[in-house]
Amino acid sequence: MTPVLQAQNVSKIYDMGSTKIEALMGIDIEINKGEFVAIVGKSGSGKSTLMHILGLLDTPTDGEIILNGVNTKGMTEKQLAQVRNEEIGFVFQSFNLLQRTTVLDNVILPLKYSKVPGSEWERKAKEVIEIVGLQNRLKNKSNELSGGQKQRVAIARAMVNDPSMILADEPTGNLDTKTGDEIVNNFLKLNSQGKTIILVTHDDDLAKIAQRKIVLKDGRIVK
Amino acid sequence: MIYVPETIKSALSALALNKVRTFLTMLGVIIGVFSVVALVAVVQGFQNYITDQFESLGSNLILITPKMSEDHDPGRTFMGNKLSLKNIDTINLYVGDKITAVTPSVRVAKVAEYKTKTYSGTVVGGNYQSYSIYGLETELGSYYTKADDSQKANLVFISSDVRKELFGDRNPVGEKIKIENTTFEILGVAKPKSPTFDDRIFMPDTSLKAAFNVEVLSSIAVKVKEGQNIEEVMREIRLALLKDMKADDFSVVTQKDVLSSIEQILGVLSSALAAVAGISLLVGGIGIMNIMLVSVTERTQEIGLRKALGATSKNIGRQFLAEAIVISLGGGVVGLLLGYISTLVVSSFIRATIPWWAIGLAMGFSVFVGVVFGTYPALSASKKDPIEALRFE
Repeated sequence: MTPVLQAQNVSKIYDMGSTKIEALMGIDIEINKGEFVAIVGKSGSGKSTLMHILGLLDTPTDGEIILNGVNTKGMTEKQLAQVRNEEIGFVFQSFNLLQRTTVLDNVILPLKYSKVPGSEWERKAKEVIEIVGLQNRLKNKSNELSGGQKQRVAIARAMVNDPSMILADEPTGNLDTKTGDEIVNNFLKLNSQGKTIILVTHDDDLAKIAQRKIVLKDGRIVK
Repeated sequence: MIYVPETIKSALSALALNKVRTFLTMLGVIIGVFSVVALVAVVQGFQNYITDQFESLGSNLILITPKMSEDHDPGRTFMGNKLSLKNIDTINLYVGDKITAVTPSVRVAKVAEYKTKTYSGTVVGGNYQSYSIYGLETELGSYYTKADDSQKANLVFISSDVRKELFGDRNPVGEKIKIENTTFEILGVAKPKSPTFDDRIFMPDTSLKAAFNVEVLSSIAVKVKEGQNIEEVMREIRLALLKDMKADDFSVVTQKDVLSSIEQILGVLSSALAAVAGISLLVGGIGIMNIMLVSVTERTQEIGLRKALGATSKNIGRQFLAEAIVISLGGGVVGLLLGYISTLVVSSFIRATIPWWAIGLAMGFSVFVGVVFGTYPALSASKKDPIEALRFE
């Protein structure tokens, strides 16, 4: 079975003129379909950089990212955008919903950049909104929602295009413990339905829910 | 795929989030387009007015007018008006065989009353020959005669609008109308001719002078016989009139001269207009660019998010360009509507019309301004790095 995601000898070096900052060094990761993996590390460990590279928002200085057996090296900006749209669902710490836009329209957003015909947008969006339990808030604007509800909208948005994996960056970071637990349960539920989930966090307790933990320190995998 | 209607829809909803700001940004284009459309319509209205006036007079007409004073002061021109009935006799004496008709012309704005109804129109005084000079046609009754002229008879020949307003469909011949304190009997009704003619009440110039205490003639109109050389007749009239007046007292012109000098003025007015339009659209465009740049900065995070979710740089650029065009075109449409409303308002004074080319030009320019001033903000939006953009707070 091909892994969903492979990082092979990935490094990222920021060239600041006189000094070079090695953010990531020799990273090798393999994530299989249906896995729930946590990438853990303190601030400055390089986990954000790694997440950007795994999410194809950034390119490594060296090494390769292989998604579903397809090497992404040398892809054009347009190709990368298409892969992000079809294969990766993002969940951010600060939710990043469109301001004063309805739940439904927020969830539809990735479909607008996809090959899915417009006539199916609403049906697909409603399906995932129901999974996160916000079906009676379809027409509410994003600013009328609580933090937990916002993050559930973001999860629905990440799922709407049925991606190969969900990449979540500190998804509970802006939430209280109780709401955070609800979000975690959402992820567990999705994982039990077969979704591959990569959770990036500095929080060891949160990482415990994952089946596997990858610990980063100073740009290298230590565990 | 993100299609054009979807791009426009999302541009509209983005702009709807900041309604006041969007409106204020549009204002530059609104004012620009409005002023162009309104002024073009008024210029067009003048042109219509003049064309009406002249087409209804026929081509072989010579006008003798008081000469404009050196400084073009209408007051002095009026005071120095030396035209008199004596000039009519002089013209008849010297070029009588080359002309078919000559009439003095006195014009005053007056209100005519019939029972409870009133009509404000132009009272035109002329002799019995003015009928052929003005190219009038009779619907009902008849025109006044030479005898009526000399008797200062209080008789009028009314135009179609005057009749419609005061009498409806009734035959008004023989009815009496009151103008100021004098009662006039209606002798006849003219067939409809043109908007500038249809508000007129014709009467003998002698009656007009007596009734309203008017001393001076507005002009003298001469109709030249078919086949005569108009230039030649003009020269002879000028020579003849020099026996009555000094060369500085009058001008002899054809309506072609008048028309071309007015068109020249309108031409200058139009170019001034184009310059004003250009400047206001430029200012409007700069306003759009300014606000779009602010909007790009404000929405940096949104740009990052959209890119993360699969938008290409092209998608982002197109989205912001669409917003700029929607603002600009929206301003153009609102400006056009306001311009249209203003032509309706002035249409009771002047037959102002908005030509199709002006509508096309206004819309074309609005889109052009949107594209020109929206491109730079759109490019800067499309170039944003998604990571930087997502991190932006």
